[in-house]
Amino acid sequence: MTVTDPHAPALRLEGVRKVYPMADGEVVALERADLTVDRGEIVALVGPSGSGKTTLCSIAGGILRASGGTIVVGGDDISGYSPKQLTAFRRRAVGFVFQTVNLVPFLTARENLLVVDEIGARTGAPARARADQLLEELGLADRAKNLPSQLSGGQRQRVAIGRALMNDPTLVLFDEPTSALDSKLGRQVMELIRSEMTARGIAAIVVTHDERITAFADRTVHISDGVLDA
Amino acid sequence: MKIALRELRRRPGRFATATVILTLIALLLLFLGGLLDGLIRNSTGAVRAQQGGVVVSSAASQSSFLRSRIDPDLRARVAAAPGVEEVGGLGIVQLGARVPGNGPRDLADVALFGVEIAPRGVPNVPDTGEVWADRILEADGVRVGTELLLGPARSPVVVVGFVEDTNYLGQAGLWGSPATWRSVVAANRPAEIVADGVFQSLVVRGSGSPVDLAAAVDAATGGATLSLTIADTANAIPGVAEQRGTFNQIIGVTVAIAIVVIALFFALLTVERVALYGVLKAIGARSRTIFAGLVVQAIVVTVIASTVATVVVLLLDAAIPPGSIPVTITVPRIVSSVLSLLVAAVAGSAFSLRRVLRVDPASAIGSSS
Ligand SMILES: Nc1ncnc2c1ncn2[C@@H]1O[C@H](COP(=O)(O)OP(=O)(O)OP(=O)(O)O)[C@@H](O)[C@H]1O
Ligand SMILES: [Mg+2]
Repeated sequence: MTVTDPHAPALRLEGVRKVYPMADGEVVALERADLTVDRGEIVALVGPSGSGKTTLCSIAGGILRASGGTIVVGGDDISGYSPKQLTAFRRRAVGFVFQTVNLVPFLTARENLLVVDEIGARTGAPARARADQLLEELGLADRAKNLPSQLSGGQRQRVAIGRALMNDPTLVLFDEPTSALDSKLGRQVMELIRSEMTARGIAAIVVTHDERITAFADRTVHISDGVLDA
Repeated sequence: MKIALRELRRRPGRFATATVILTLIALLLLFLGGLLDGLIRNSTGAVRAQQGGVVVSSAASQSSFLRSRIDPDLRARVAAAPGVEEVGGLGIVQLGARVPGNGPRDLADVALFGVEIAPRGVPNVPDTGEVWADRILEADGVRVGTELLLGPARSPVVVVGFVEDTNYLGQAGLWGSPATWRSVVAANRPAEIVADGVFQSLVVRGSGSPVDLAAAVDAATGGATLSLTIADTANAIPGVAEQRGTFNQIIGVTVAIAIVVIALFFALLTVERVALYGVLKAIGARSRTIFAGLVVQAIVVTVIASTVATVVVLLLDAAIPPGSIPVTITVPRIVSSVLSLLVAAVAGSAFSLRRVLRVDPASAIGSSS
């Protein structure tokens, strides 16, 4: 396993392509994407529907394999990883926050955070301490024992953020984290993302349709038809 | 694993149907096994009670007690075989017995044995006219001191004690002296009378392994005898092998049904959980971890079903009056039934492995869906 280089950028994409073969030709979802995200940097990724935002995040996070190009996360070149290696890589180095709330419905807020430990390192006590600390920071200490169905939409998204931070990742990928929330809640969640990422020095890509959200990012990158702007 | 166990605890309703069906299957399995064990026990008790290593019949008898005859001459050759220490003659007659106080047509089926070596549970060969009876006859109202009238000739024998597990082909064992047997046969089955000194079979005690002893006896008689160990003699009783074969087939089909039930149930559950598995894979769960959770759930459901079924069967066993249904519940049978269900649980859940492997982590991050 590659030892993560602490000085390497959090993410470096070079000439990354993604082509979906279809019955009538092929769909080019991503065209020669070049993007570097520094440690601790928050990049907003903005673009119309179908422009390739989710595709880019999926490739950067190792849940989708690119058709070509180089993907380096925190110094690990994952371009040639096997599915098995990618699974281990995701456990170790990235966090995901999905558009729809994807918590385990029969687990409490705290247990949803601990899932990350149970499917991976199984450290036990340190993981529990980390979960409690994250819940505290996310303002969910008094909701730790609630099931997702007993939480508001914003609270659920905060639990999802906590889960993404459990493995102390290099990079967190947010795919439209606020689209299910009203604008006030959306802003609160963005503020939280901002402060959590900055405090930890974790890099993030935040996909959004909402230009107002970009105010919380260090930089905004636009994408249309699979092509990133310079 | 923890996730799978928590789901069982927090969403028991999800698993209720499967648990109920598996409980019924486990119940059926235990009941069938108990019935088989009971039937075999009821057919073979008289043989298993013999205090010797080997039972010797005449070669022409094809190991049937009823057809076999052994005259004193042949007996002497058996007794002279190397390793033989003691030889006891054995004769049998199957009759209906009138029990005083019961109706004239309410006969108890008995198998009267005349023996020279008392079977297990009988202290010594009773005096002529007296018998030890299998305890199953208590259900017919027989007590110590009861005088039974055997066969059409109503030959009287007096019960002087009870023994356990000595039935022959479902008929209650009665254990008397050779003289008692000869007189009852003479009175009721004149065609089957045998001369003094002639028996149907011999029970042989000796040194060494029963298999070697049986071979030594048959060699000494030049093939005039067919000697089998106690276990082989029991298996050779007509119907025993057939019963075992039939029941084992039904038991096999029942286990196969359990596999199908578990496979279908967990396949459905897996389909329902594709989204959840996608998320777990996206955050780095291995397929192996997810599949292990599935197997653990199948095993827990099976253990619960088996436990409930075992308790129910034990209660039923205690409630069924002795002598009505020949069900015998034994620990080895419970253990083997539960083990076969656990194997079915693993085999059944294995059908969902491919589906778990196919779940795409990319499905979690919703391709614009
Ligand atoms: N599995 C797939 N098979 C074929 N084409 C796909 C697949 N997934 C995505 N695409 C196509 O790739 C392109 C980019 O899709 P992507 O999901 O990355 O867009 P997006 O920017 O995330 O859109 P949205 O804002 O609606 O979520 C689209 O044209 C889409 O139709
Ligand atoms: Mg998308």
